[in-house]
Amino acid sequence: MPSLGSDMEAGTLVEWLKRPGENLRRGDVVAVVETQKGAIEIEIFQDGILEEYLVDIGQTVPVGTPLARVRGPGEAAAAVEEAPRAVAEPVATPLPMPVAPAPSALKAAVTGMPASPAARQAAAERGLDLAGLSGSGPGGSVVLADVEAAAPVAAQVPRKAGGLDLDGMRKAIAAAMSRSKREIPHYYLSHDIDLAAATSWLERTNAAREPAERLLMGALFLKAVALALTKHKAFNGFYGDGGFTPSEAVHVGAAVSIRGGGLVAPAIHDTDQLDLDAIMAKMRDLVARVRAGTLRSSELADPTVTVSSLGERGVEGMYSIIYPPQVAILGIGKVRERPWIVEGEVAPRPLVTMTLAGDHRVSDGHRGTLLLNEIDRLLQEPEAL
Amino acid sequence: MTPDEARAILLEELSNIAPEWDPAEIDPAEDIREAMDIDSMDVLNLVIALHKRTGVDIPESDYVKMITIEGAVAYLTAKSGG
Repeated sequence: MPSLGSDMEAGTLVEWLKRPGENLRRGDVVAVVETQKGAIEIEIFQDGILEEYLVDIGQTVPVGTPLARVRGPGEAAAAVEEAPRAVAEPVATPLPMPVAPAPSALKAAVTGMPASPAARQAAAERGLDLAGLSGSGPGGSVVLADVEAAAPVAAQVPRKAGGLDLDGMRKAIAAAMSRSKREIPHYYLSHDIDLAAATSWLERTNAAREPAERLLMGALFLKAVALALTKHKAFNGFYGDGGFTPSEAVHVGAAVSIRGGGLVAPAIHDTDQLDLDAIMAKMRDLVARVRAGTLRSSELADPTVTVSSLGERGVEGMYSIIYPPQVAILGIGKVRERPWIVEGEVAPRPLVTMTLAGDHRVSDGHRGTLLLNEIDRLLQEPEAL
Repeated sequence: MTPDEARAILLEELSNIAPEWDPAEIDPAEDIREAMDIDSMDVLNLVIALHKRTGVDIPESDYVKMITIEGAVAYLTAKSGG
């Protein structure tokens, strides 16, 4: 079970998309896992042959639990744990595809607690573990009344939006942000950027385009941030047990808010290498899939930095909390007209306030200043983005 | 396109973009960005969908006319030749 962000503790396997015996290529989607962030497609990070499932459909397992055994190219079958048999059996025998059992049968197998189907469903809805209940039914089995007695409030059904568990997501955000505030010594910088050049370039560009080809200012922000990060590496990477490891690749996590609450910041891979049209297409695709709850594991696990943009209905500025193990987050307020001094005269200009929250274990305010100034400079030449 | 036709298309596309809401229950004079929690990406997707469905050309400078249901209906009706 891969970690899809520091706010994830466990996931539920809901579907296998590859069978034992199948050849896998790096990047193939092999399974679907249900998390608070929806049904996530799990990608494999190596070539090989799927040898054996280690987790059944419907099982919830902690992060770090192996989901399947994969044999790398040239490796002997089952070499890791079953060496003796591996010698005799160079090619793994494909196992039959498991048929998803009915939820009630499955839970019985998992918990070992006898219970009526209605009790199981009610317990699942309330998030109760049947093993923790005392049964008053035949043979000590748990019946609906036992569940209702243990958790009388029926209103504990998680709120769902698409495939998203919004209450679960709120808890996960709370856990990640609490950890961040406990562990990361944040510092904050704020900088107002004149967007006159970027705004007029965008208007001219979009005027000549069909709606489906038009760009949003958000695409320019993401590209400018990504390009600046290629020079200022102390803000792009991960902080782990061994300290900070900068990332060569710039995978900007673009925060997408969800109606009804919650947000997810999936990666736009290699943002610095993409042109504005490609970034725009990725943004459109990610927004749609965040809301539908169908992201891929690499999109959740890979962001090396986060950009959170409030959009046109936002406020001037936002001071964000770093998403561990990342070391920086940029907050972008709403673009608004304000008086500004241009060549000694007061003039109305479109401004945006960009804030940086940085990790003081890795960088300091001076370096943060250089990063924000570089982003500003890049946004003054939008045609070069 | 009659106002009723324009309204039907608009409400259908709005509910595709924000399925959490029933657009028929939104006050037609209210800013849909506030009423339905619609951001700039949603507005762009709405414009793309309406352009595709109706053929009406909606330049970026006219987005402000589309931010209420009654405004958008009037705009689409007028631009399609009524």
